[in-house]
Amino acid sequence: MIRKLFPAIKGYGKHSVGASLMIIVEGVLEILIPYLMTKLIKQGIEVPDPNMSVILTYGGLMILMAIFALLAGALCARLAAVAGTGFAANLRNMLFRKVQDFSFANTDKFSSASIVTRLTTDVTNIQNLFTILIRMTVRNFIIMITAFFFAIAVNAKLAIVFAVAIPLLAAILLIIMIKAHPMFEKMLTKMDLMNARVQENLIAIRVVKAFVKGEDETVSFEDSATALRKAQLAAERIVIWNNPLSQLIFYGAIIAVCFFGGKLIVAGDMGIGDLTGFLAYIGQILSSVMMLSMVFISFIITRASQKRIVEILDEKIDISDDDADPELSVADGSVEFENVSFSYSKNPDNLTLTNVSFKVNAGETIGIIGGTGSSKTTLVQLIPRLYEVLSGSVRVGGHDVCEYKLHALRDKVAMVLQTNLLFSGTIEDNLRWGNEDATGEQIEAACRAACAHDFIMSFPNGYKSDLGQGGVNVSGGQKQRLCIARALLKDPKVVILDDSTSACDTATDASIRKALRTELKGTTTFIIAQRIASVMDADRVMVLDDGKLVAFDTPKRLLETNEIYREVYESQMKGGDEA
Amino acid sequence: MSNAPKSSERVARGPGANNRNRFAKPKNAKGTFLRLLGYFKRYKAILAVVVVCIIVAALANVAGTALLRPLVDDYISPMLKEGATPERWNAFGGQILKMAIVYIAGIICVYVNARLMINVSTGVLLDIRKEMFAKMQKLPIKYFDSRTHGEIMSRYTNDTDAMREMLGQSIPNLIDSLFRVSGVFIMMIVLSPALTVVTVVMLVLMILVVKNLGKKSGAFYKKRQAALGVANGYIEEMSEGSKVVKVFCREEKIDSNFAVLNDNLRRAEAGANTWASILMPIMGNLSYIQYAITALLGTLMVVAGLNGNYPALVTLSAGALVSFLQYTRNFSRPITMMSQQFNSILSALAGAERIFALIDEEPEPNEGTVKLVNAGIRDGELYECSERTDIWAWKSPDGTLTRVRGHVCFNNVTFSYDGEKVVLDDISLYAKPGQKIAFVGSTGAGKTTITNLINRFYDIQEGEITYDGFNIREIEKDSLRRSLAMVLQDTHLFTGTVRENIRYGRKDATEEEIVRAAKLANAHSFIMHLPQGYDTMIVDDGENLSQGQRQLLAIARAAVADPPVLILDEATSSIDTRTEALIEKGMDELMNGRTVFVIAHRLSTVRNSNAIMVLEHGKIIERGDHRELIAQKGRYYKLYTGAFELS
Repeated sequence: MIRKLFPAIKGYGKHSVGASLMIIVEGVLEILIPYLMTKLIKQGIEVPDPNMSVILTYGGLMILMAIFALLAGALCARLAAVAGTGFAANLRNMLFRKVQDFSFANTDKFSSASIVTRLTTDVTNIQNLFTILIRMTVRNFIIMITAFFFAIAVNAKLAIVFAVAIPLLAAILLIIMIKAHPMFEKMLTKMDLMNARVQENLIAIRVVKAFVKGEDETVSFEDSATALRKAQLAAERIVIWNNPLSQLIFYGAIIAVCFFGGKLIVAGDMGIGDLTGFLAYIGQILSSVMMLSMVFISFIITRASQKRIVEILDEKIDISDDDADPELSVADGSVEFENVSFSYSKNPDNLTLTNVSFKVNAGETIGIIGGTGSSKTTLVQLIPRLYEVLSGSVRVGGHDVCEYKLHALRDKVAMVLQTNLLFSGTIEDNLRWGNEDATGEQIEAACRAACAHDFIMSFPNGYKSDLGQGGVNVSGGQKQRLCIARALLKDPKVVILDDSTSACDTATDASIRKALRTELKGTTTFIIAQRIASVMDADRVMVLDDGKLVAFDTPKRLLETNEIYREVYESQMKGGDEA
Repeated sequence: MSNAPKSSERVARGPGANNRNRFAKPKNAKGTFLRLLGYFKRYKAILAVVVVCIIVAALANVAGTALLRPLVDDYISPMLKEGATPERWNAFGGQILKMAIVYIAGIICVYVNARLMINVSTGVLLDIRKEMFAKMQKLPIKYFDSRTHGEIMSRYTNDTDAMREMLGQSIPNLIDSLFRVSGVFIMMIVLSPALTVVTVVMLVLMILVVKNLGKKSGAFYKKRQAALGVANGYIEEMSEGSKVVKVFCREEKIDSNFAVLNDNLRRAEAGANTWASILMPIMGNLSYIQYAITALLGTLMVVAGLNGNYPALVTLSAGALVSFLQYTRNFSRPITMMSQQFNSILSALAGAERIFALIDEEPEPNEGTVKLVNAGIRDGELYECSERTDIWAWKSPDGTLTRVRGHVCFNNVTFSYDGEKVVLDDISLYAKPGQKIAFVGSTGAGKTTITNLINRFYDIQEGEITYDGFNIREIEKDSLRRSLAMVLQDTHLFTGTVRENIRYGRKDATEEEIVRAAKLANAHSFIMHLPQGYDTMIVDDGENLSQGQRQLLAIARAAVADPPVLILDEATSSIDTRTEALIEKGMDELMNGRTVFVIAHRLSTVRNSNAIMVLEHGKIIERGDHRELIAQKGRYYKLYTGAFELS
């Protein structure tokens, strides 16, 4: 799994290797220092007539080594920081690019919140792991091995202490972690539950207050907070063994070294200075064992993050235009469905659209109505090939949508989504999404057609008004009109409005439709609407029911022939008769 | 040797913890700290034990090292020089045993301390969380308007998390380090004042290094946070808008924009991480330099001692040197740790300050004394009763009962959210018991504001609102709100089953009442189609339901509350008109006998109201029933006939 992340090292391999090399230098120097010290003390204490120049040489050498170690350590920190952040940046780019390649079906699989988590928290976790790997693994491994080697060199018999202490310590640390890890997962779940509770109360604070539920909510919050405390206690109770048990081994090793070392000294097999050196090795070896087990633990802990990231990288893109004709462009706005069936789950037994066929000529205005869940949105999303049909074919401008490059197709089929969004930046920035090179006149014309020009000009900065935080506030209806203008700027052959004027008043709605008819004469327009008035002046209206096209005719005739259409009409219009 | 891996802390960090500002400074560190201490009062006895444990552990650590010195000088060396007798071996063994006992005592104290502290720290956290949430429920709507959810959420996540780290780790470690450092320092002076001078000089140097690095690190950290905010913001925006991106074929453009932001982040982060991670090798190796210098000087002093021509101050025994060197190793580590803990404590205190700020917020005023009670009628007289009847009464403090009828009046009400921009300007209106009053107007005209004033989400600046003759300020807030049921524009549901969500309207609703309310709202049939019917879990604010279904549930929730006054704010906006026609009967039944305020975009929803108010810029510009308004041929007429304009 982790192998999939290797390409992200690209460009920072040198830094990673350099960091590891520097840390080796530092590690070796750090071992040599106590070794030299042993010699130094031996010279000072045990030699009957101490040689001053030897003492000074050893001492000076030690200081010099420490200075070099400092430089190497600092250089390693720098290189590791560059490598780690570079690795993370590459990883983010890889993920972001992949997400851009996603089709709608891919996007539906991951919620936007989960994509954000993967690109932020998960990448940071992996980045930390990477930095730990290049800095800690090599270093501590080297320290452990070298120190052990020196310990053997000083006195092989005494080094047996380590042969016992190292595996014991590693085993204890791992057991604690393996036991604690699931407890912490549990604790995190409880924490999420509690936080979700708070979030819910924030979002719905008006409901809570309106129903006078503050006290009930407080009680249930206290329950989840208490459950969290319990879970935290259970987890921490295991982890707190970490410190005393490591200390037990550490001090146990000291006692053993003192006891057996004392015997060896008295027996004449070892010098007094050797004992001091040995004591220093205990600290070095055992703390590097701890660090190594920490690396291992970090690896385990970030496994979930690794998995989530690889999931994105491995996701199969289900819409591809590799076989499309790069020269082909949309010639006109005719749209034809031939026996189109569609299923979100790609399951022929669970169809969202069943066998839909129709033909729309270029320049027609088509209304689409149907109850909630009748698959109106699904139907229009097949036109710019946002989803792939299960069977049948969708043709735009006389060609199957699969024959076009996605870019060529979607450039000419403008869609205003139901859940539409504007982005931070100025109004103009947002409109330019439709056409990067639009002139001022073109932008204004599109906004006039979408009935947006007047309200835009009412803002102090007009088209330069900022829509981000602290910028101007636009109402739901205004937002919808900006989205329509943005789509119109594409100069499309087909325009699809998916319930795009629901928040506009009826008069605005009507004048937008009027403008579309006059300004975009050759453009085919699909209008999905709840409001019957929005489709009443269409050339033809589709009536959808439960994923089937049940009627497709002029509004006038539908009123006579189609019951669903008539019901909707009457539920909205009966007051009008009285007037 | 106390720096055992605290991997638990890594696991325990939730998302967003990375964004915590590690360099935030509290405004009033001392005050905040003292206030925080107040939460520990309950645990006084435990804390006394903890302090004893910390001291014993630190002493044991120092004493263990102190026992090392005589081990060489007084036990091993004599055996070398004068021969190893069994008595000498026994004494040697005794000394080792002493060491073992001291160490074990220390270890036991370390464990007991940790075990007790997790009880205390999680307990304190629980108390703070509880207090914060209870307080949050009492805050006025205004508080929530002026802050983002994320901002308030981070009190519960980042700020409490930082506090948890501080209580569980930083403070105990700081105290532990402090004891160790002072213990070691004293022992050093005892062993050799001359060599201690070297240590002090190095110590000053280290403190200077930490201070300077900290400053640099802080500056880079700020840069990194800014770059991170921009990049994460972009990721968030583009993930949310990913469908729009695809519809507009902006993938490549977005990609190259992100590459730029990402590279900025990389640079800033590389700088910040360099300075953050350079501290450890520098401090570690400075301690090695100190170690080397001490070893060199120490050896020279030992040699000088052998010569016997030097004053005692500059001489040293071999055993003393060994111990001193051991102390030197034990000295620098706690110093480095202390410097790091200091920063994290400061930032945690800054978080605590924000938490206390929330706790100290002014709660919603609730000066009213008139209470809502269940009532019955006996011999034409109202009397209070405990069981639920269909009759409600207002109970004044003097005990008099007034029947709740739902008579609401606005007299010259003027209101502004911010004290500057007037949202409602001199509004007067009345709703007689049982009437249906509708508000029509464009977004921002003030429709929703009117309903928010009735239930006192906000208080008016001028004029008065009366409810059955009482000024609503005289009515206790909970009673006031209990007498009104609201179906709000944004229907929010809670995590729990469908049944629990409907029961939200009234805790003691029976099963039949719930089903009846669901049927009334035409929600029963779709609920029965859900996988577990009424037991289906609703998650994430009802993500698994359509907006229309959520509205039906919200209506059922209001129906079960069964209050004298009903407020419907765009309650049916997401329900298609066919379904709306289907629930009309239920809605009529729901509204029957109640005073109802309706806000709707869709004019078909408000047509049959007793009075329709057309609002514009905070003023009522037209009022009357449907026929009257159509006859007036004013704004309402225009709005209404907009649909017919083209046919």
